[in-house]
Amino acid sequence: MNQQFNISNTTLWLLGGIIAILVISSITGFILSRVSTSEGSRKTIDNLNSRIRSWWVMVAVFSAAMIIGKGGSVLLFAFTSFWAFREFITLTPTHRGDHRTLFWVFFVITPIQYYLVYINWYGLFCIMIPVYAFLFVPIRNALAGDCERFLERTAKIQWGLMICVYCVSHAPMVLTLNIPGFKNQGANLLFFLVTVTQLSDVFQYVFGKTLGKHKIAPNVSPNKTWEGFIGGILTATLLGAGLWWATPFSPWQAAGMALAITLLGFAGGLTMSAIKRDRGVKDYGKLIAGHGGVMDRIDSICFAAPVFFHLTRFFFT
Amino acid sequence: MTAAVIIWLTKFITGASVRWAGCDPVQRQRVYFANHTSHLDGVVLWSALPPSVRKVVRPVAAADYWMAGPIRKYLAMRVFNAILITREHVSAKNNPLTQILNALDAKSSIIIFPEGHRNDGGEPGEFKSGLYHIMKKRPDIEFIPVYIDNMNRILPRGEFLPVPLLTCISFGAPINVAKNESKEEFLLRARKSVNDLRQA
Repeated sequence: MNQQFNISNTTLWLLGGIIAILVISSITGFILSRVSTSEGSRKTIDNLNSRIRSWWVMVAVFSAAMIIGKGGSVLLFAFTSFWAFREFITLTPTHRGDHRTLFWVFFVITPIQYYLVYINWYGLFCIMIPVYAFLFVPIRNALAGDCERFLERTAKIQWGLMICVYCVSHAPMVLTLNIPGFKNQGANLLFFLVTVTQLSDVFQYVFGKTLGKHKIAPNVSPNKTWEGFIGGILTATLLGAGLWWATPFSPWQAAGMALAITLLGFAGGLTMSAIKRDRGVKDYGKLIAGHGGVMDRIDSICFAAPVFFHLTRFFFT
Repeated sequence: MTAAVIIWLTKFITGASVRWAGCDPVQRQRVYFANHTSHLDGVVLWSALPPSVRKVVRPVAAADYWMAGPIRKYLAMRVFNAILITREHVSAKNNPLTQILNALDAKSSIIIFPEGHRNDGGEPGEFKSGLYHIMKKRPDIEFIPVYIDNMNRILPRGEFLPVPLLTCISFGAPINVAKNESKEEFLLRARKSVNDLRQA
């Protein structure tokens, strides 16, 4: 296996920082569960604690993938895409006529996309899904002969593929960026992307739960408030700026990058919520206790990853 | 060994989410009756049961399908320990009911698909009367309705490659034949108990 990076001291510091945050969260969660009395707060705190427990598992899996190296990270994101996409399609009322198309999309197109990441074939990585899969899906559906709601069914598969596979695959693709003076440190860049988007989600949740009053889009996501939005985005941007030493960015550039990905992360959460509301469900799945499905956890990364990748590639390589 | 691989594969392909909505996953003699939309239904339900329950459960399956070819035969006889029944030329001599009642008397639990054939999904089709007769003859056993969601999309009729969507298997509360209830009324109610487990 071609090892493009090893675990550096910087990565260890980053991991240590995350573990410190988790320890503090677990202790806080434990204290809260001891002092809470009312029925309503009890429920929120139970959910909070199951979220924190799930975070431990997610951090462990993510760290293990990073330590294995590029192959591990690519495989982790490939499975994440696979699972998010199955949650998405499960919610989407596809027809009998989509069956064979879906088989191709799950077992051929998705693995090829991640193989392209692994072998770093940038050109084909960029166009395989938007061009070739885009054309393949309606062709295969047409061959299956079911015309009922044809455009709608085709569009749903294409859209799910773009969000769950194409967009997410940009996250491990940052490992391949060739940044002058930042050789073999792609892992830290991926770490920056994932940590900042996820911390932004966490802080939006924390500020929303504690101070949230004014709802942003009550029809789409009743939990998103202006207080949570501003508090979460500001905190995550500051934290992102504070991580500049692990990235090829200056502190100001790191702040700008963090702001861009937190805003996109927010947009991702909002957009994916609109789909859930339309389908009348609360979560995409139930794989991750306290959080819901995989899609509920990575909706922010779906939107942030491609933009982060291209901003970094355009300005820093 | 084969069983472990099949269970693992089934859980991977279907996501294996199980909901015990009206009863607990404990070892008791039971008849699990479920809707039927896919060849995989029996395997999925069988895999969803806890190991102690799975050990004593026997799926009722069609002999014409499962006796065709050595692999199916091996799976049916050795892995699933299925009760294979004939669907054609049923007479008093080879009445499938006798086989099922014998298995119940040997303390096995059973899995049965009372529609008798695979449906295209959504609401379950009409139930055949076998379920009623089993219940009349063995009233002390628990009859558990089960709804298997999405299997018609994972492996529909006539397809041989599965698509890995997420299924949900819901176990409902046990039902019994009420006093003075006719066969038709009971079968409708049994079908409704399965259908009620469908989720939006």
